[in-house]
Parts: sequence; structure tokens; C-alpha cells
Amino acid sequence: MNKRPWAFIVGGLLVALVLAGVVSNYASSHPDGLDSSLLKGCTVDADDNIVGGSCPAQQAKDHELADSPLADYGVRGIENGFLSTGLSGVLGVLLTFAVGGGAFWLLRRRSSGAAVDGVTSAVVPGTGGDATSEGTASAPAGRS
Amino acid sequence: METLAMHISNGIINGPVAAIFAALALATLTVCVLRGRRDLDDRLAPMAGLVAAFIFAVQMLNFPIFTAGVSGHLLGGALAAMLVGPWVGALCVSVVLVVQALVFGDGGVAMLGLNITNMALVGTAAAYLLIALLLRVLPRTPAGLAVTAFVSAMLSVVVASQGFVVQYWLGGTTDLGSNLAGLAGTMAGAHLLIGIGEGLITATTVVTVAKVRPDLVYALRGLRPAAASTVPAVGGVR
Repeated sequence: MNKRPWAFIVGGLLVALVLAGVVSNYASSHPDGLDSSLLKGCTVDADDNIVGGSCPAQQAKDHELADSPLADYGVRGIENGFLSTGLSGVLGVLLTFAVGGGAFWLLRRRSSGAAVDGVTSAVVPGTGGDATSEGTASAPAGRS
Repeated sequence: METLAMHISNGIINGPVAAIFAALALATLTVCVLRGRRDLDDRLAPMAGLVAAFIFAVQMLNFPIFTAGVSGHLLGGALAAMLVGPWVGALCVSVVLVVQALVFGDGGVAMLGLNITNMALVGTAAAYLLIALLLRVLPRTPAGLAVTAFVSAMLSVVVASQGFVVQYWLGGTTDLGSNLAGLAGTMAGAHLLIGIGEGLITATTVVTVAKVRPDLVYALRGLRPAAASTVPAVGGVR
């Protein structure tokens, strides 16, 4: 079972890019379960702005990075709302994949690379490099 | 364009409690890194990156729930736990929350520990406990997998929402007094409905991945010995 996952990864990323880049524009703009729970006790207008009453949401303060170029899922400077939301979504998917994928790639167990086997046998010279690397290389195939 | 915030904003929970949860989250994430490394191989690492990117995308898709004027969105804990396991899964959701807080201004940076605790840690842990239980008692069929994904996703969202209620009880900036039970009820009710959406999205995604690449579904590892032995044989012939 050593089928490479890369075709699947690329396909999955394309789906995510379409969801964040296009479908996101059709998302509901009403407050979510958390925000609406915190609005209880206040009255809001049609745009969900607080117009009266008293509720936990009134304590909310500005975000530290509210001036970020991608704040609130829009690209600053792009007036077209559809384009702004979509582009921020695309950038977010790519950034999340880069950050997450990069970190996980660095964290992964390196059991099947020749270079890593070389390091292992160099660190433990007495065990016999060939036997060690063969054992580790065949492990992923047998395990799953 | 109006502000789109999906997570706990600054000022909702006081600083000391937020700091305590930040420390708690950091310690738990360290354990997740240590345990997750055992699962992370050449195949799971890119898959985990994809799961994080996918959760980011779907979290943007707020869907209406039956209550007027209220929306919900995926949290992703159950989806991540099904596809990449609990340890790496919690890290996937955390990556999404960090990117959202640091780049998209969603969820206060000072509140990050609270948001990670609820959605990445409590949500994923609750989901995985349910997944482990349900996969043992349900038939090992696509329907069994779908029910596992749906139920674990739905209930994990409700549990995660109560994590916020505990945090609010400890450090909420408005004194709700005896109304804390009201907050708990409102959160649970809204998130039960959101959980239906979470369950549908999670079940659809997991069943689709299981159909295309069953070997990439973490929750199916070690299950169905008969099927597992035929799949690599097919792959090996190619």
C-alpha cells in the first residue's frame, strides 16, 4: 500500500479552493451559534448590529490584527466583494496548506528515506547499515 | 462589508482566564505533537496538510440553521479525527485557528488558547472517543462509517460549545449570574442544530474519501482485516 497520495492531495486542494474561492460568497452572513448566543439580551437591526439592550457581546473589543490585509476574510483594496472574499479564501487555503503541510512534513517520521537511513546507520555504526535500512524501508508496506 | 467573526473575540473572556487556557492549550498541543509524530509518515503528513486546508475552506461556509438569523459553520474536529487521527487531527484544527487569528483577524489573538481548547482539543477528543466506540459496535459498512461520522461530529460540536460555557463561567466579562444556565442552554441548542450540518458535511466527506482512497482514512486502519488485505494486493499488481 505505497500508493502515492499526491494525486488525491491535489484533487482535494482543488475542491477546497473552489469552496473557499467561490462557494464562500454564498455563505450565510448571520452571526454563528457562538455570536448569536452572546447577543442574547440585546436587540439587533437587520444588519445584525446591536441597537439596544445589554448582552455579553457588547464587551467585545477590537482584534489585535484588525488591520491585517486579509482581515475579515477580504483582501484590502479590492472593492468587489465577491472577488475580495473569494481571493481571501484562496489565499487562506494555500496558506493553511503551506503552514500545516510544511509543519507536518518536518515533523514526520523519516523511516523510508535513503538519506535518513544513512544517518541512522552512521549514528549506530555497529548494527550494520544494510540490514537496518532494509528493515525500516519495508516497514511502511507491511504495517498498513 | 460587515465583520465576519466566527470565534471568541477579544474582551469576551478576561485576560487571566484566557492566559491559563493558552498555557493549557500549549501543553496539550505539545503532547499532540509528541504522540502525533508516531502517526505522521510520508503519507499522513501531506494528508494532514490537506485536512487543515479543507477545514479552513469549509469553515468559511456559514450555513443557516433552523433558528432565524443564526448561522453555523464546521468546526472540523470529527472530520480531522476520522481522517488523520486524534493527535494530528487536533493539530490540524489548531493550525486553522492560528491562521485565522493571525492573518484573518478572526478570533482574538489573546483568545487563541480558549478557541483552540474548545474546537481543536475538546471537540477532537470528544469526537474521537465517539468514533472509537461507534466503529466497534456499528457494522463495518459505508453506512456504518457514515453514521459514525455523523453522530461523532454532531455531538462533539455540542460538547465543544459547552467548553465555552465553562470558560465563560470562569472568566466571562459580563456577570450573567444565574443566567449562565441560560447561556449553556442557548449554546447547546444552537450547536445541536449546527451539529446536524457538521454531521452531514463530515459524513459526506469521510464516505467520499473512503470510497476513493480507503487507505487514507485513519479511522479505518486496523479495521476490516479482510478488506485491508485485498486493497494492497490490488495496489501491488499495478
